[in-house]
Amino acid sequence: MYTISSKIKLGSIILMVVGALGIGWGFLAAPSTEAEAMEMVASHGDGHEGDHESSVPHLDEGEGVARGPILEQEGEHTEGGEDAEVETGHAMSHETHVLHQLQNKPWAALYVAAFFFFMIALGVLAFYAIQRAAQAGWSPLLFRVMEGITAYIVPGGIIVFVILVLSVLHMNHLFVWMDPEVVAHDELIQGKSGYLNGWFFLLRAVIFLGGWILYREYSRKLSLKQDEATDDSNFKMNFRISAAFLVFYLITESMMSWDWIMSVDPHWFSTLFGWYIFASMFVSGITVIAMVTVYLKSKGYLELVNDSHIHDLAKFMFGISIFWTYLWFSQFMLIWYANIPEEVTYYVTRIADYKLPFFGMVAMNFLFPVLLLMNSDYKRINWFVIMAGIVILAGHYMDIFNAIMPATVGDQWYIGIPEIGAILFFAGLFIFWIFRALASQPLQPKRNPFIEESKHFHY
Amino acid sequence: MASKVLHAYYNDDDVLMLAVKKVKAAKHHIEEVYCPFPVHGLDKAMGLAPTRIAITSFIYGCIGLGVAVLMMNFIMIEDWPQDIGGKPSFSYIENMPAFVPIMFELTVFFAAHLMVITFYMRSRLWPFKKAENPDVRTTDDHFIMEIEIHDNENELKDLLADTGTVEINIVEKNLH
Repeated sequence: MYTISSKIKLGSIILMVVGALGIGWGFLAAPSTEAEAMEMVASHGDGHEGDHESSVPHLDEGEGVARGPILEQEGEHTEGGEDAEVETGHAMSHETHVLHQLQNKPWAALYVAAFFFFMIALGVLAFYAIQRAAQAGWSPLLFRVMEGITAYIVPGGIIVFVILVLSVLHMNHLFVWMDPEVVAHDELIQGKSGYLNGWFFLLRAVIFLGGWILYREYSRKLSLKQDEATDDSNFKMNFRISAAFLVFYLITESMMSWDWIMSVDPHWFSTLFGWYIFASMFVSGITVIAMVTVYLKSKGYLELVNDSHIHDLAKFMFGISIFWTYLWFSQFMLIWYANIPEEVTYYVTRIADYKLPFFGMVAMNFLFPVLLLMNSDYKRINWFVIMAGIVILAGHYMDIFNAIMPATVGDQWYIGIPEIGAILFFAGLFIFWIFRALASQPLQPKRNPFIEESKHFHY
Repeated sequence: MASKVLHAYYNDDDVLMLAVKKVKAAKHHIEEVYCPFPVHGLDKAMGLAPTRIAITSFIYGCIGLGVAVLMMNFIMIEDWPQDIGGKPSFSYIENMPAFVPIMFELTVFFAAHLMVITFYMRSRLWPFKKAENPDVRTTDDHFIMEIEIHDNENELKDLLADTGTVEINIVEKNLH
């Protein structure tokens, strides 16, 4: 039985307090008038004003309002790098635009961090369901660790849902299609309003979260009941619901990625986006399983977990990192190659304004894991797995950052107090919640039919 | 030079493993073990050094990547930088996404094929090579442990007698 150490408790509370202060500062520092916004941009003294005229993210919101029915113009704007607003004589001024971006900054920082930690728990849940459905012989020893991490899906999911509700209530401009003024002038969004409308959006979110939380809670209950049972009926039931959950998960995860991530760019669409987000959450989840396992093992709570278990987790980290890169590159290369203006703006804005984060994350999510974790001996060295895990997690935070920020704050992005504050807050909450859940039950399942195999697992 | 070797026959891999451990414990050198299928842990029990073929494969992969980059940089960028469908052939990096599929495939091609060839060369396998198994039964259901004899024939026979061996033969063999 694991008891949460006072250091972790205190550390996570400090993280939450410091993070909450950072988030609060972000909201207080956001400008409320156009004049303030312009002053802030000017005081940075980095010539944003000049940049802005030729920068493309501008198009995202600008073009939505500006372009109207003339589709072909988008390509010209993009390639010429001209200002859509100026050319089409659009109503929204440059100042309003910058104000919206700066007002979005603390919200986007909060949303990215909230989603990032939620997606770790969801990725672990998918991994857990796969282990159960595949009847894996090596992993039952780690089921309680996975169940502990997925406990975060409840508070994390609720926080993400609250942010979505606040967006629908027009507390922020994260999702441009929620703004009725924008929609009124934008035929493209109007055409999608059958899917992209506030109530349907929230209803879908309720269904996704409800299904995931339901599976998590029920599977955990069955898993605990199996310990006290005299037969394997709970185990079999868990097998069945895990298989059913995976079907549900694949459909809802894909739709969730359209809703929560892709719809910040309502003019853009990609068919493999759901898989891409899945790969990101899956590899982050596996990485966290490995890190928590290594931590608990180092404290002597998982003495039966051996290097072969760590080795297997590291192999998954390695393989799914490459899978993520495969999807990242497939999406990028297809759009880059065909260069269709309506699709390519997505990457044009990112390469113009997010060069370092955009390509930096490929190095962190691909080059690092490939070179660090290729050697079979290194996959057994615990501190090596932790170091690689930190790089992978940071890389996948950047992945979500790159997905959300260009459409919400554009070239006003910066990893400053609001962003780091949000990361610290959710990291603290995540650590506090999962270790509390880990401490609530024995760390080793008793009557799992595969537990003996798992104890003697040897690679 | 011809010398005498002892062939101890086994018909079960578990028995074989125990025998190998026993012979190793008695500090006799095991020349070779012939098996009809891979026996897990036999290399460890015999004390064989781990293979380095994965390292060679990594190096071959790097060579393949280098070949792909040099080839396409020369053909597409330096030698004749045409405008093909508007793709930017001004520098390698600008047009790199289009080259990645080839870079990937050549890396895998070199890594895989050169590693296989390395394996064939290191284990001396080629067409028309004369088979080396001392007894045809080793390809079906028997295992043979081969130990070189240095005037200790009786001592070895005594040691092997209670390891579950089903047959012991002494043969003249040309050692490499």
